[in-house]
Amino acid sequence: MNKPRAAGRTVGGLRPLALQAPAVTLLFLWMIVPLAMTVWFSLQRYNLLMPTMTGFAGLENYEYLFTDPALWKSMLNTLLLVGWVLVITVVGGTLLAVLFQQEFFGRGIARVLVISPFFVMPTVSALVWKNLMMHPANGIFAWIAELFGAQPVDWFSSLPLTSIVMIVAWQWLPFALLILLTAIQSLDEDQVEAARMDGAGPISIFFFITLPHLRRAISVVIMIEMIFLLTVFAEIFVTTSGGPGLATTNLAYLIYIRALLDFDVGMASAGGVVAIILANIVAIFLVRLVAKNLED
Amino acid sequence: MATLQLKNVIKEFGDTHVIKGVDLEVKDREFVVFVGPSGCGKSTLLRMIAGLESATDGDIVIDGKRMNDIGPAERGLAMVFQSYALYPHMTVEDNMGFSLRLAGVSKSERKDKVLDAARILQLENLLDRKPKALSGGQRQRVAIGRAIVRNPSIFLFDEPLSNLDAALRVQMRVELARLHEELDATMIYVTHDQIEAMTMADKIVVLQGGEVEQVGSPMELYHHPRNRFVAGFIGSPTMNFLPVDFQDANADGVQVTLPGGQGCRVPVNGEELAAGASLELGIRPEHLNLDDNGPMSGKIQVIERLGGATSLYVQMDHGMITVVADGDIEHKVGDTIRFGFEPFRGHLFREDGLALESLQRHPLTAINRQANRAPADSGDDQ
Repeated sequence: MNKPRAAGRTVGGLRPLALQAPAVTLLFLWMIVPLAMTVWFSLQRYNLLMPTMTGFAGLENYEYLFTDPALWKSMLNTLLLVGWVLVITVVGGTLLAVLFQQEFFGRGIARVLVISPFFVMPTVSALVWKNLMMHPANGIFAWIAELFGAQPVDWFSSLPLTSIVMIVAWQWLPFALLILLTAIQSLDEDQVEAARMDGAGPISIFFFITLPHLRRAISVVIMIEMIFLLTVFAEIFVTTSGGPGLATTNLAYLIYIRALLDFDVGMASAGGVVAIILANIVAIFLVRLVAKNLED
Repeated sequence: MATLQLKNVIKEFGDTHVIKGVDLEVKDREFVVFVGPSGCGKSTLLRMIAGLESATDGDIVIDGKRMNDIGPAERGLAMVFQSYALYPHMTVEDNMGFSLRLAGVSKSERKDKVLDAARILQLENLLDRKPKALSGGQRQRVAIGRAIVRNPSIFLFDEPLSNLDAALRVQMRVELARLHEELDATMIYVTHDQIEAMTMADKIVVLQGGEVEQVGSPMELYHHPRNRFVAGFIGSPTMNFLPVDFQDANADGVQVTLPGGQGCRVPVNGEELAAGASLELGIRPEHLNLDDNGPMSGKIQVIERLGGATSLYVQMDHGMITVVADGDIEHKVGDTIRFGFEPFRGHLFREDGLALESLQRHPLTAINRQANRAPADSGDDQ
C-alpha cells in the first residue's frame, strides 16, 4: 500500500511540470516567439526591396507609421466596421431571437436556415456577395433596382465600406442570433405571464423583461464578435482589396499592404504592434464590462 | 364586491380534454381552494380564470361580466405564481410597483401604494433589494405584495407555498389566512396539499381528471365526502376502505357484515340498495379505536410514533389498515390488536364509488370558520 504512494510523492514535484510542458511549449512557440519577433522586426530596418539597408532602426518605423495618414484612416475604418457590424448584429440578432422564439410552422427548419450563413467561410461569402448580390450588372440588387426602373448601385465603388459592413454583418448575425436565441429560451415563462397580468403588452414585455434578461448574453456577443471583427481580412481582400484608395482598408489589411505589397517588414511589424495594443485596450475595457455584467 | 362564476367551462388541448365542463360559483370575499392530484386540471382552471389560457367553451363571469375575451390585465385579477416570477433585474419596490408603472401612475403615488403593501407584509426594509438577495419566504411575500399593490378584485394563488420548507409553509399559511381577513378579498388558491386546503379554505373544490368531484366547506368534505375519491383524498392518513357484505337497510341505516363476521349498522340512507349489493366501508384511521372487544382484529406490521399520536399499520385478512391511536400506547410490532369504531363514523360506498348519504349531518358542517360570515353553502353544486 505504502510503496506506490511514496513513489508517487517523489515524482510528485516533477510530474505536474512534465505534464504541463507540452502545452507550455506549444503556447510559447505559438504566441511568445512570434510576438517577440514582431517587436524585434518593428525596431529593425527590414525592407525586402532594399536588402542593403539593414540594422537597428530604433523607433523610426513607428515614426513613419504614426505620421502616415493611412494608419489613422485604417484605424477609423476598423472602428467603423466593428461598430456598425456590432450594432446591426446585436439589434438584428435580438429582434430575430424574439421572432424565432415564437411558435410557427417549420420553426426548426427556419432556425437552421437563418443560422447557416455562419457556416459559410468568409472568402466564399464575400465572393457570393460580390458576384451574385452586389455586382452592378449581374447582381440581384442591380436586378431589383432595374425592376423598379432605378439606376443600379455600384456597391464597391460608391459605398465600399457599407458593402463590407453588410457582408460581415450577414456572416455574424447568425452568431448573435444563436447566442441570443439560446439565452431567450431560458427566460422564465412565468415572468412573462406575471408581466402580462401586470398589464404589460408585447412591447413593454420586450423592454422590461426580455431585454434585461438578455443583457449578459448581449455583452458576451459583443465581446466575442469584437475580437474577431478587429481582424476582418478575407472579406476585404476578396472584394475591394482595401480600396477604392484606402476606403476599406482596416488595420489588418494595412499591415498586409505594408508587409506583402510594400515588402516593408519593419513597418508592418510596427503596425502589428499597434494592432496588438489596440486589441488589448479594447479587451481590457470589454472584460471589465462583461465581468461587471456577469457579476450582478 | 367580487364574485366569480364558471359556467360549463371546457378546455381542450387538441384531443386532450383537460377541463371537462366545470360549473362553480365563488362568492364575494370567499377563500376558495382548488385541490386535486397533479394533472387534475386545477392549475389550468386557475390560468383560465386569470386569462392566461383561453377557454375552449363555457363562460367565465367576474362580477356579472363575461370575461372570456378580455385580456389578463383587464380582468382586474392578480396572480401569485408558484415560482414567484419576480423580475430579477428590478428591486423589490420596482417589482411591486411594476403594474402601476405600466398603468402610468405617478412616481409618488406608486411609492405610497408600494409602501402600504410593504407594511402589510413587513417588507419595508427590503424595498431596495433585488429578488436574488431575498430568502424564499421573503420572495413569496414580495410576490404577494405585487398582487396586493394592484388592488385586484380577486387574488389567484398557484401553489404558492410548494417551494418553501415545511416550517415556513406553516408560517405562510397562517399569514395568508391573516391576509385574507385583513384585505377582505376574494381569493382562489390552487394546491395539491389537502392540509393547506383544509386549513385555509372557506370552500374547497376537489378536482380530478378535469372534473369537479365535490364542492364544500372543509368539514363538509371531511365528514360527508360525496364519493370514494374525495373520501380518500381529504384527510391524512388516508381513509381505510374495507369490503363489507350488505345485509339490509331500514330507517336507522344500513346493516353490513364487517370482515371478521360481526355486524354493524351504519346510519346512512340505503333505500335504493338492491339485495346483494357490493359495498365498501370507509373509516378514517383516527376514528378507529383500540378495543379488546372490537369487531375487527389484525397484526401490527409497522408502528409510527409521532409523540402525540401513533399510527399503526395493521395487517388484516383483506389487506392493510391504518389506525391512529393515542401516543402513549405500548403495543409493539407483531402484536395482534382488536379495534372498532362508532357506527356513525363509517361511510359506505357503492360499487360506482358514490357514497350513501348520511342520515344525520355533522354539526360542524354548518359552521363557518369566520363567525361574522354567512356559512358557505354546501353541496349545492351537486
